[in-house]
Amino acid sequence: MKSAVILLPGLNRDRDMIAALTKISGKPPVTVWQTDTEIPDVDLVVIPGGFSYGDYLRCGAIGARMPVMDAIRRKAESGVRVMGVCNGFQILLEAGLLPGALMRNASLKFVCKEVKLEVVNADTTFSRAYAQGQVIRCPVAHHDGNYFADAETLARMNGNGQVVFRYAEGTNPNGSIEDIAGIVNEAGNVLGMMPHPENLIEPAHGGSDGRGIFESALDLLGKAAA
Amino acid sequence: MIKARVTVTLKNGVLDPQGKAIEGALHALDFSDVAKVRQGKVFDLELDTADRAKAETELKAMCEKLLANTVIEDFAVEVE
Repeated sequence: MKSAVILLPGLNRDRDMIAALTKISGKPPVTVWQTDTEIPDVDLVVIPGGFSYGDYLRCGAIGARMPVMDAIRRKAESGVRVMGVCNGFQILLEAGLLPGALMRNASLKFVCKEVKLEVVNADTTFSRAYAQGQVIRCPVAHHDGNYFADAETLARMNGNGQVVFRYAEGTNPNGSIEDIAGIVNEAGNVLGMMPHPENLIEPAHGGSDGRGIFESALDLLGKAAA
Repeated sequence: MIKARVTVTLKNGVLDPQGKAIEGALHALDFSDVAKVRQGKVFDLELDTADRAKAETELKAMCEKLLANTVIEDFAVEVE
């Protein structure tokens, strides 16, 4: 499967994401600049993490208004898989492709550490590699990962199985409501998550728990690792 | 030229950890009457138009499209 990585000024996890996609899929992703209005024919579009536009106004707010977002929206509507990690998640929320918002961490501190994630829905395009209820390790690094949605939205998301990852008990690093760490849209083809699975994909990282998300999204399950 | 001020505040019910921290700091400075602090943002804009109605419509659209995240924030527009 082919993938694309979106580039915006101020993102800094793009290289890690490109390395992860290259190692796992066996071919490098194409890169798409923020002012591009077309995205090549790919199966997965990824917005990596970082601090696009210096987090000015609100995290992801400016990036979400760049021309490439219309192309991402069209891809998502046509069923192409779209994934946003960290700042990428903030951008997808600001663009309205996912419900809710991300706010300043409840501690007001930047958190950079490893947390545990519970796979609360293993029946999504992005989490099929895991078992329902499995707890995986994953690094986080953010200042604004405190997920919020109103009660009505939360009820709808829970009913639809849109919450994919929750911080496992006692590891919520940011005050996210209902310990939410990662969600999908109603159609299930757009994933947003604060933790960084691209930073835990091989022994040199100290583990490969994050790999399953990419293997799920890239239809590599059951196939030999590239 | 029309001058306007847009104020963006967190909606009621949305936790405001920064407001809480400021509240705590004010208490530490002995402002013991402070019962609650909510933090927000102010934008001062100048619009190259003399059409007040148009300015008001545009300012509202600016808030909805960019200046506020209406999932968590309310906005108010004042035109001078």
